[in-house]
Amino acid sequence: MKTPVLAGKVIPMKKKSFWATLKKQKVLLFMSIPFIIHIIVFKYIPIWGWTLAFQNYWPGKGFLQQVWVGLDNFRWLFNDPVFYQVLRNTLAMSIIQLVFGMLSSITLALIINEVRIVIFKKTAQTISYLPHFISWVVAANLVRDLLSTDGGIVNEVLMKLKLIEEPIMFLGIPKLFWWIIGASYVWKEVGWGAIIYLAAIASIDPNLYEAATIDGAGRLRRIWHITLPSIQPIIVILLIMNMGYLLSSGFEQQYLLQNGRVIDYARVFTIYELDYGIKMMRYSFATAVGIFRSVVSLVLVFAANYLAKRLGQERLL
Amino acid sequence: MKKRRKHWTKGDLILNLVVYTTLIFLVIVTLYPFLNTLAVSFNDALDSAKGGIYLQPRKFTLYNYQSLLTRSQIFHASFISVLRTVLSTLFCTFSTAMVAYTLSRKEFVLRKLFSFIYVLTMYIDGGLIPTYFLMKGLGLTNNFWVYVLPGLVTAFNLIVIRTYINGLPESLIEAARADGAGEFTIFVKIVLPLCKPVLATIALFVAVANWNSWFDTFLYNSSNPKLSTLQYELMKVLQTANSMTGSLEQALSQAAAGTVNTITPRAIRATMTVIVTVPIAVVYPFLQKYFVHGLTLGGIKE
Repeated sequence: MKTPVLAGKVIPMKKKSFWATLKKQKVLLFMSIPFIIHIIVFKYIPIWGWTLAFQNYWPGKGFLQQVWVGLDNFRWLFNDPVFYQVLRNTLAMSIIQLVFGMLSSITLALIINEVRIVIFKKTAQTISYLPHFISWVVAANLVRDLLSTDGGIVNEVLMKLKLIEEPIMFLGIPKLFWWIIGASYVWKEVGWGAIIYLAAIASIDPNLYEAATIDGAGRLRRIWHITLPSIQPIIVILLIMNMGYLLSSGFEQQYLLQNGRVIDYARVFTIYELDYGIKMMRYSFATAVGIFRSVVSLVLVFAANYLAKRLGQERLL
Repeated sequence: MKKRRKHWTKGDLILNLVVYTTLIFLVIVTLYPFLNTLAVSFNDALDSAKGGIYLQPRKFTLYNYQSLLTRSQIFHASFISVLRTVLSTLFCTFSTAMVAYTLSRKEFVLRKLFSFIYVLTMYIDGGLIPTYFLMKGLGLTNNFWVYVLPGLVTAFNLIVIRTYINGLPESLIEAARADGAGEFTIFVKIVLPLCKPVLATIALFVAVANWNSWFDTFLYNSSNPKLSTLQYELMKVLQTANSMTGSLEQALSQAAAGTVNTITPRAIRATMTVIVTVPIAVVYPFLQKYFVHGLTLGGIKE
């Protein structure tokens, strides 16, 4: 008979103490609850909107008057050849951006770390951050001018070097589109991406370098045997973390640089959703596209997390 | 000195050469597009169309700026851009800091639950269409507040500020509490002033994101020119330029028709690009030491 009494005593006490504590903490509650409601409205209610994908939604009708179609929208989606094109484009451009973005940022960090003239180092760094802060609208404008056929510097340089006879319309060549996206991404983010690696390099124990110098290692060998292995964990973490975002990255860049000629290589998920959802008013179909992207992204993020944990790296979530 | 000289091997020399050449190359590649655009914006539009403008204007003029800045649409769009940036930065930074403070209180019984609600939003996304209908349902289409309200407190900013607050000495807060200060007073009088570096970082991120945003205008407010923003106006010029051919002939014929000064799409794009870029280029170098630190904080997450 002893235990039930004890349990019966403990449980209400715990409950009472929760509400009592909460009452004591009412100021904290008042400070946070409006924003919790805010985040629920703006981030969680759209998830309720996923029900649209299982209807043949038409605005103006009530929730119960909608025609429910089960998985039809997903069946259409998986039978749409454009969907596979979109999937291919998104993955291709994300992977190009991920690989070249990381490689260039790591290289830049290593290079900046070798600069001994402080003022030069600081100036170069500050300048390298500039493109990160401008919008893709501005960046797309600059890219368009650089690649333009009348007086774009890229065509002019290539012609001066006699590599080409006449200006090439780079933005009109479908096969080149992915690489233009990759190159402009690297141009915009290389300096910003280097910050995190520079921070990692700065935290390396200087004794390691001293020891290596005494052993007769030159600067190159110090980079190879000390700097790179020391920042390897952060490289692995960032690589895995970014793999979780393979389907959710980028849209503005593609939308702003595309044109009719290259659309088959430029169409990514958000453009697909915009075209079907807003322009063609196939709301339910576009919602299904969004659900596919969200769910696959979620799986990727958790897989990435699990992988990072298996590899003994710091947990990301 | 002599000892150091000894270490300057041939390998070192090559390495230095590679390092400095690459960095100079990077600086040129980064700056050239901006400088070229700047030159075009100060050059006579028709003269630019002949090509050959690189780093300095050939036929200097202020006409491009004059004709753009006197257009009421551009003037109004600048006003909306500034307004949304200022309001979002103020509201966002303050609200995020306040929530971050409550979630940094270890004794707060709802801390875990509320943190989870925020962190989860980093991994799930309702998608374009449901969000669009939500905004419509809330009356936020054709509405200025769609620029400010939806992004008030975001998980990433929250985590960055909370991580910073967690690193503050707890004794300061304890002492204030012992003196009888309430939670809100502690937050405003003690925590906020101590958070200046991280708040500067977040304010910069929020301001830049708002200043640069065009997609929300495009999606929710494109039917109301009174709510247009500078970035959206620039985006529209870019889109017309994408599909427009023969702009040169057009401009030339206009000139032939008797107007002395003409403006071409290229000149409009260049001038607007300069107008939207200058505020950012002026501000960010001063906040550099803050955001470099803030970014490394954000990388730590939890």
